[in-house]
Amino acid sequence: MIPSDPKKVTAICFANIDVPKMHTLEMARQQGAYQFLPTVLNTFSSEHIVSEMKISGLRGRGGAGFPTGLKWSFVPKNTGKPTYLLCNADEGEPGTFKDRDLMRFDPHLLIEGMIMAGFALGVKDAYIYIRGEFIHEAKRLNDAISEAYAANLLGDNILGSSYSMHLTVHRGAGAYICGEETALIESLEGRPGRPRFKPPFPAVEGFFRCPTVVNNVETLATVPAILEHGGEWHKAIGTPNNAGMKIFSVSGNVKKAGNYEVPLGTTMRSLIEDYAGGLQNGSVPKVIIPGGSSTPWLLAEHYDVPLTYDDLASAGSMLGSGAVIIIDETADLIALTRRLAHFYAHESCGQCTPCREGTGWLERILTRIESGQGKQEDIRTLEDAAKHMAGRTICALADGAAAPILSLLEHFPELVEQAIAEKTS
Amino acid sequence: MSDVQFSPQRLDEILTLVKRYPKAQSAILPVLHMAMEDFGHLSIPTQQLVADTLGVRLMMVREVVTFYTMYREKPCGRNLLEVCTNAGCMLNGADELLAKLCEKLKIQPGETTDDDMFSVIEVECLGACGGAPIVQINGDYHENVTEHHLDDVIAKGRTHDPI
Repeated sequence: MIPSDPKKVTAICFANIDVPKMHTLEMARQQGAYQFLPTVLNTFSSEHIVSEMKISGLRGRGGAGFPTGLKWSFVPKNTGKPTYLLCNADEGEPGTFKDRDLMRFDPHLLIEGMIMAGFALGVKDAYIYIRGEFIHEAKRLNDAISEAYAANLLGDNILGSSYSMHLTVHRGAGAYICGEETALIESLEGRPGRPRFKPPFPAVEGFFRCPTVVNNVETLATVPAILEHGGEWHKAIGTPNNAGMKIFSVSGNVKKAGNYEVPLGTTMRSLIEDYAGGLQNGSVPKVIIPGGSSTPWLLAEHYDVPLTYDDLASAGSMLGSGAVIIIDETADLIALTRRLAHFYAHESCGQCTPCREGTGWLERILTRIESGQGKQEDIRTLEDAAKHMAGRTICALADGAAAPILSLLEHFPELVEQAIAEKTS
Repeated sequence: MSDVQFSPQRLDEILTLVKRYPKAQSAILPVLHMAMEDFGHLSIPTQQLVADTLGVRLMMVREVVTFYTMYREKPCGRNLLEVCTNAGCMLNGADELLAKLCEKLKIQPGETTDDDMFSVIEVECLGACGGAPIVQINGDYHENVTEHHLDDVIAKGRTHDPI
């Protein structure tokens, strides 16, 4: 049970993550799942729910950090078209692995969050778009959904109320870009995941041109606690403007890689030392990638940064999806950057020229430098290409591809110069 | 008419699934997953079957098959080993692990052993970096994989035991 005193809250999404058999409806119900749902369905109005979500200060947990209540309030009313709710479970940003644990260990929390969100938005059909590789997680969700249907928690007239909602799990098929919400929508329509121009935003024109809300797994899993305890309760957790708990996926050169849910405002140092067991080598990271591979690097001097959207932005990076990759002295930063460049080149959908061509350039030049074939002008070309990609494309993949390279050049120019100077031929 | 056919049970499943979407074309991705399960890979006749079953043009199906990396147009070995070498795994020895795996099987990434028992591919982040290095073997995630574990996997695979 989550305490009603916000000062005593130690977990929201992961409150029951270690409970054995939590994925079954029986155990989930024993832990309080769906208990508050009838109150929401029978006594809450849509306006009240959206208002509580706004008060809560919850910001999207998938990467962009957009206020959830505000996103919901953008859905136009009385359009004559259906409104859709899509859960973004396409977890693919290198370093991010939190939604997988939520879905495989506590799927009913997500389902309950989706029913409540769907009710607030007047949704009849909701979908969970899960990355294709998560075969077992998709099965877990489907099993949980079947149990929910059998218990009248999904389907027609949920728990005897006037609200009906259907929920379908939809597997992707190996395309990082489908985590971008408009690419996800294209993919759900049975097409290649090529992002759309915005505006129109999905809230107005999304799935088959109908109003659509796309929310991350962790965001939706936070909804039941907010509606039960109130927006003010949630707002009191974390720091002003950065409310709530957040799951951080910690990986790389740490002793205990894993998912840790902490209040926003916890310092990076505390996350690494108190939760993730400290570094594998040395005492301070050489590089910290704070929010997934697309976010600019931080250095040891930022080790005490509070983990909030605002503090990480002030430090020159982003909280992103909360994927903290720790890199110690032993790592080869040029090889790592080349590997990330390969990733973005592989995952570029190809519709915008700066990204399609640029990601390939970056990878080829870095490969050349790494193998001792670098040229003096490569540094300028890398910087030039990276800067000309960012902000010149439909979606942010190109910005993400540029970030590691610009970080490498900014913070470790001597490494690149040295690699070029030590030519092998 | 295509030479390949879905079983009646599979067709029922597809018809039920299609009703969950506003338009049948949404079911292209999931039905391609089913076709991969049933037929192992997606030949052109299989892609035509998917198109006909959903009432969409073959080109719509081709566009999807060629865009997403999980759809295979050619058969792979009996056991598919997908090694992640992205950041989290790389920092925990994935490159060395992949090299050793390929050495043991005497193939390069992207290839299949001569006896068709094993295929190895290098893949992008599998979203399980807490257990790096990760190898997805026949769909199952194997975490914190060591060389020793790979030896076990190869031995089991060779004796036709499930891995």
